[in-house]
Amino acid sequence: MADTNLICINCPRGCHLTVDEHLNVTGNFCPRGAVYGKQEVTNPTRVVTSTVRIDQAELALCPVKTAQPIPKKKIFEVMASINEVHLTAPVHIGDVVIGDAAATGVAVVVTRNMEKIS
Amino acid sequence: METKDLLIIGGGSAGMAAAVGAYDRGVKDILILEKGPFLGGILNQCIHNGFGLTEFKEELTGPEFAQRFITQVRDRKIPYKLDTYVTSISKEKVVTYMNGVDGVVEVQAKAIIMAAGCYERNAGAIGIPGDRPAGILTAGQAQLFLNEYGCLVGHRVFILGSGDIGLIMARRLTLEGAKVLGVAEICPWSNGLNRNMVQCLYDYDIPLFLSHTVTKVIGKARLEKVIIAMVDEKKNPIPGTEREFEADTLILSVGLVPNNDLLDKLGIPTSRSRGALVNEHYETSVEGIFSCGNVLHVHDLVDNVVEEAREAGEAAALYLKGQLPAHKESITIVPGNGIGYVVPGKIDLADSGDDLVFKFRVRQPSRSVFILYEFNGVIIKRIFKPVIIPSEMEIEKLPKNILNSNQGTITISLVDKET
Repeated sequence: MADTNLICINCPRGCHLTVDEHLNVTGNFCPRGAVYGKQEVTNPTRVVTSTVRIDQAELALCPVKTAQPIPKKKIFEVMASINEVHLTAPVHIGDVVIGDAAATGVAVVVTRNMEKIS
Repeated sequence: METKDLLIIGGGSAGMAAAVGAYDRGVKDILILEKGPFLGGILNQCIHNGFGLTEFKEELTGPEFAQRFITQVRDRKIPYKLDTYVTSISKEKVVTYMNGVDGVVEVQAKAIIMAAGCYERNAGAIGIPGDRPAGILTAGQAQLFLNEYGCLVGHRVFILGSGDIGLIMARRLTLEGAKVLGVAEICPWSNGLNRNMVQCLYDYDIPLFLSHTVTKVIGKARLEKVIIAMVDEKKNPIPGTEREFEADTLILSVGLVPNNDLLDKLGIPTSRSRGALVNEHYETSVEGIFSCGNVLHVHDLVDNVVEEAREAGEAAALYLKGQLPAHKESITIVPGNGIGYVVPGKIDLADSGDDLVFKFRVRQPSRSVFILYEFNGVIIKRIFKPVIIPSEMEIEKLPKNILNSNQGTITISLVDKET
């Protein structure tokens, strides 16, 4: 495996990190950079936020997020499953709209209260 | 004429936090006036996460953060009016507003808190050369259309400016199926947080062109092409460095400006932030008129907005009880070399708490520098900064007893380590 070059996101300094095949991190100013470098190379994860369609609400869309970070390589699969969701108002923050998104074991939940309109 | 103890202009994060701050200090006769159809303001369209780490010790999305404050406002039964636009304020604190239900209404307020947020610099503000087709819009507009109305604004998108909203929209548009061709930034550094650079651009292999700007837009009905070029140190395009992108959409993320028109019209002095010049109680030159949040100075973090706005609400409560001292001679704070702006612009030692809090931004990224505080020409404090960047607001506290007089000028400047 070749060396991987990364920019550390822990602080505004933005250290340029190099992670070698033995997971040795160089270029970091502080220990947080080493932890971040290893994580980014072995198992990078992200929280995905998006919207789903909703009926009988004041807006046509309801925002959602993955309840935990998911593997970075699964982002587009999770987006595909989010795009199939179609809700009906009312919904509330924390309501589960997908129990297990793209076999990640992570749920997708509502992030905005949307009441039913009369 | 109807009267109110406290009128709050804006029902976003700042307006709601200001209302809560005032209410909890005993002000009950409050009215919040909100231009949009919901409380929460711009947080409602910021569906990404990263909000609330200071305020709630957890990572929330924009709508979730807004809901926490909407709940606080509703629990206190603080009244608010939506779809309501304020057209003027007078020095006597008469506020004129209008909406579809009440028509045009005048209210005599005893105190006013301005919490109207900021607006985006748009295509007209930066004078892009070329045609004037459809398909050129600001990052916030694209965000509203996509996240609240469900309209994808384009399929082949170029972004000018590396501010955080532009970076976040690069990711959002990519996730929704658009092709983001690149981001051009006129400065030799990025104006977004490292986190957003990595997670919005690098994750999706979106190229960033530093020291580049858009030199021409081409299109008849709809945008067809965007031309960018490298710029020299004076930000002038260098001939021969042009690149051409076939784009149907150009998104601008080129700066935010406090939405301070209502106070400007009163002739209230402004600071270099382009918001009102305020003292340590967020009070403007007109006693009883306060300003806080992005209408005062543009913040990076909503957590800082709500903290500031709560303090402004508490100060308004003191004013209404007659416990806020009248303006008199005080210390002036000015931004010196390397500093963009500083809030507050005035401090009265007799009125302030034990600590003096200064919020400011530097003009350009620097490493291994000092922030120098001078009082009437004498150095009173030097603070070492390993790294300091314009896109992160600095908040520093100094003990009040560091000053030996209640008259004069504090100058804050950035100096090299050697000097």
